[in-house]
Amino acid sequence: MDEADADMWKGTPLFPDSASTMAGRVDALYFFLIVVSAFFSVLIAGLIVFYAVKYRRRSPDSVGASFHGGMALELTWTVIPFFITIVIFVWGASVFFAMSRPPDETLNIYVVGKQWMWKFQHLDGQREINELHVPVGRPVKLIMTSEDVIHDVFVPAFRVKADVLPGRYTNIWFQPTKPGRYHLFCAEYCGTRHSGMVGEVVVMDPSEYQTWLSGGAPEGSLASAGARLFQDLACNTCHRPDAQGRGPVLEGLFGKTATLQSGETITVDEAYVRESILNPSARVTAGFQPIMPTFQGLVTEEQLLELVEYVKSLQSLPPVQTR
Amino acid sequence: MSTGTVFMPPRHYLNDGYGIRSWLLTRDHKRIALLYLAAVTLFFFVGGAFAVLIRLELATPAGDFVSDETYNKLFTMHGVMMVFFFLIPSIPATLGNFLVPIMIGAKDLALPKLNLASWYIYILGGLFTLYALIAGGVDTGWTFYTPFSTVSSTTNVIPTALGIFITGFSSILTGLNFIVTIHRMRAPGMTWFRMPLFLWSMYATSLIMVLGTPVLAITILLVAVERLFHFGFFDPRLGGDPVLFQHLFWFYSHPAVYIMVLPSMGVVSELVAAFCRKQVFGYGFVAFASVAIAVLGFLVWGHHMFVAGQSVYSALIFSALSFLVAIPSAVKVFNWTATMYRGSVSWQTPMLYAIGFIGLFTIGGLTGLFLASVGLDVHVTDTYFIIAHFHYIMVGGTLMGYLGGLHYWWPKISGRLYNEFLAKLSAGIIFLGFNLTFFPQFILGYLGMPRRYHAYPPEFQVLNVLSSAGASILGVGYLIPMLYLMWSLRYGKLAGSNPWGAVGLEWTTTSPPPTENFAESPVVTWDAYDYQTTVTVES
Repeated sequence: MDEADADMWKGTPLFPDSASTMAGRVDALYFFLIVVSAFFSVLIAGLIVFYAVKYRRRSPDSVGASFHGGMALELTWTVIPFFITIVIFVWGASVFFAMSRPPDETLNIYVVGKQWMWKFQHLDGQREINELHVPVGRPVKLIMTSEDVIHDVFVPAFRVKADVLPGRYTNIWFQPTKPGRYHLFCAEYCGTRHSGMVGEVVVMDPSEYQTWLSGGAPEGSLASAGARLFQDLACNTCHRPDAQGRGPVLEGLFGKTATLQSGETITVDEAYVRESILNPSARVTAGFQPIMPTFQGLVTEEQLLELVEYVKSLQSLPPVQTR
Repeated sequence: MSTGTVFMPPRHYLNDGYGIRSWLLTRDHKRIALLYLAAVTLFFFVGGAFAVLIRLELATPAGDFVSDETYNKLFTMHGVMMVFFFLIPSIPATLGNFLVPIMIGAKDLALPKLNLASWYIYILGGLFTLYALIAGGVDTGWTFYTPFSTVSSTTNVIPTALGIFITGFSSILTGLNFIVTIHRMRAPGMTWFRMPLFLWSMYATSLIMVLGTPVLAITILLVAVERLFHFGFFDPRLGGDPVLFQHLFWFYSHPAVYIMVLPSMGVVSELVAAFCRKQVFGYGFVAFASVAIAVLGFLVWGHHMFVAGQSVYSALIFSALSFLVAIPSAVKVFNWTATMYRGSVSWQTPMLYAIGFIGLFTIGGLTGLFLASVGLDVHVTDTYFIIAHFHYIMVGGTLMGYLGGLHYWWPKISGRLYNEFLAKLSAGIIFLGFNLTFFPQFILGYLGMPRRYHAYPPEFQVLNVLSSAGASILGVGYLIPMLYLMWSLRYGKLAGSNPWGAVGLEWTTTSPPPTENFAESPVVTWDAYDYQTTVTVES
C-alpha cells in the first residue's frame, strides 16, 4: 500500500499514454468528435440561454409568437447532422478496418483467460502469467481463448480491446511504439475477482527482448510441446504423413482450403483445427469417415494451443495432396 | 389570461372513496398512476442506495469498503432496480397512466382492469427481485452475460431473472392498453395531428414495449433453462454460443433505452410548449422523430457488441444504423430550441428541468457518436466512458424529464402547489451534482478505467473522488423534492384548474380532476399548443 499511496501524488493524468501505432489514429478521431460535440453543445446551450433571457416572460399574460415551423430550417438541421455522421462513420470504419486486419508478418502470442488470471504462451515456449513481454516496433498478434466465461483483453495505451470467448479464438494486434509498462485490464465482467484480473504489458527494446526470450523455456517451443502431445494422445496413428492413415494428412494443411463432405470449402485456421479436435464430426473433410473420437475434456485450452501450433508447424514438408 | 377563481373541487378522484380497498381495487387510471408513483419511487430509492454504496467504495482505489463479492452484487442490483423497476415504468406508468386518457379527452384507459392487473404484475415481479436481494443478491451485472450467468455465478440468478420476466408482462400490458386507448378513445375532433406530442411519444414507446419485451422474456427463460437443466443454448461446452445471448439480450435492451428516453422527450415537448406558451416548432417533425427513433432502435443492437467477436461487416452495418438514430434525436433538440425563439419563456421549475434535459441529453447524444464510431468504440466500450454516456441519457435525460413532468403536472395530480423556491433550488442542485458525478467519468473512461471494477489503479483516484462527491450532492438533490412534494399534499396552496396558464385538455378540468376526468366530454376544435386562439376559450 505504501507504494500505491506514493503513486497517488504523482498527479492525475487526463489523457492516457499513447504507445502503439493505433493510438494516434484513435486519438485523432476522438479529438475530432470532441470538437464536433463542443461546437453543438455550445451552440445549443448558447441559444437556450440567449432565448431564455431575451424572450423571458415579461407579463403573466403574454403568449409566444405565432411561429411554428419552417421546412428550410428542418431540412438544414436534418441534412447537416446527416453529413457529419457520414464523415464520422467512414473515419471510424477505416480505423476499425486497420484494427481488424493484422499485417502479414506478426509475432504471434497465445492468450488463455480464466477466472481470474491471464496466461500467455510464446511460440518459443515461454509462459507468463498476468505479464506480457513484447518487443517495441514489431506487430504482435494475440490469439486468445477462454477456459470458462467471457473475458476481454484491454490495453488502454494501445487503444485495443477484444472479448476473449470460451470455445473459440479471437485475436487482436498492435505494434508498440514506446518501451514501458502498460496496464492490461480484463474489460468484460467475469465474476468475483474481475477487477483483480489485471496485469501489465512490458514493452522492451528488441535487444532486451532477445535477452528476455533466451532467459529460458524449459519445455522447449510450443510446437515441440504439441509434437509430444500428438504422440502421447496417439494422434499419429491415424494422421500419418504418408497418406496411409485413416485421417487426413496434416502436413502442409494449415492455411489451405479444404473441402468438406457437404461440398462446402473452408480455410483451415486455428478455429477449424480446434473444432476438429474437440468436435471432430462437426465438419469432416471429404473422403474421410467421421470416426475420430472427441478430445473434449481430455486436453486443456493450453494443450489445444500446443496442438494447433504443432499442426501449423507442419508446413515445411514437401507438398502433399490435402484431399 | 384568465386564471379564474382558485378552488378545491368538492368531488374529485382523490376523495371518491376512502380506505385501502378503494385504492387497491381501483380501476381509475389516475389512482393506478399514483400506485405506480409510490412503487417506482420506492424502487428508485432502493436503487439509489446501492449507488451510494458503489460511490463510497470507489472513493479509494483499494477495494476496502465492501468485499469484491458484495461490490459486484451492488452494481448488479443498482442496474436491475433502476432499469427494470424504475426507468422503464417511470414515465409511462405514472405520468402516462395519469395523462393519456385526459389528454385525449377520455374517461379512462380502454382496459381499466388490465391496467390494475399490470400494476399487480409489476409488484409481483418487484417482490421476486427484492426476495433475490434479501436472500443474498445476484452478481451477474444487469446484463446477465452468459456463460457467466448460466454456469459460473453461484448467486440468485433465477429469482432475479424471474422477477424481471414477470415485470416484463406489466410493460407489455401497459403498452397494449395505451395503443388501444390512443386508437379508440380519442374525443371527437382529437385527430392524430392534434394530439399533444407526449401522446406521440407514449405511442412510440408502447410499440417498443409490445414488440420488444417478449424477446427479453424468451431470453431470460433460455438462461433459466440452461442454468437449471443444462440445455446448451449459450454455453460452448454444451454446444451453445455465448454471443447468441448478447444478440437476444440487446435486441430488447437497446430498444429499452428508447422506452426510457422517448417518454421523457414527450414530456419535454409539453414543458417547452407550456413554458414558452408557443406551439412546438416543427410539430410533425418532432412527432415522426419519435416514431423513427422507435423503429431504428430495433436495428442497432449490434453496437453493444463491437468487441464481442462479431464479423467486421456486421459491425460496420450496426455502426452506420446507429448514426442514423442520431438524426431524429438531433432534430428534436433543434426543434425544442427553436420553440423558445420568440416565445414567452417562463423560468418556473418545470422549465428549468426541460432546459436541464436538453443540455444533458445533448451531451449524452453527442457522446453516443463516439460509441457508434466503431474504431473509437473499441477503446471506450466497457469503460467508464460508457457509464457516463448512458447516465447522461438515462439520468440526465429520462430522470430530468420525469422530474420536470412530475413538477408540471403535480398541481393537476394533487390539486396543490409546491414550494417554488425549494423546487428551483433542488433542480439546480441536481443539475450541478449530476455533472460533477458523471462528467469526470468520461475522462476516466478514455484513460481506460474499466467498468465494474471494485478496485482500480491509484492514478484514477482524483477523478473518482470528484464523482463520488458529485453523487452525494445529487443524492441531496433527489431527497428535497420528496420532502416538499409530500408537504404540499397537505399544506400547499390550492392550484386551481390551470396554474401555469397552459393549454391542453388536462388544464380544462379541475385539479384534481373528477374520477370521470371531465364534467362533460370535450370536443376538440383546435391544434395542440394553440396559444393564439385557445387561450381565451378557457371555461
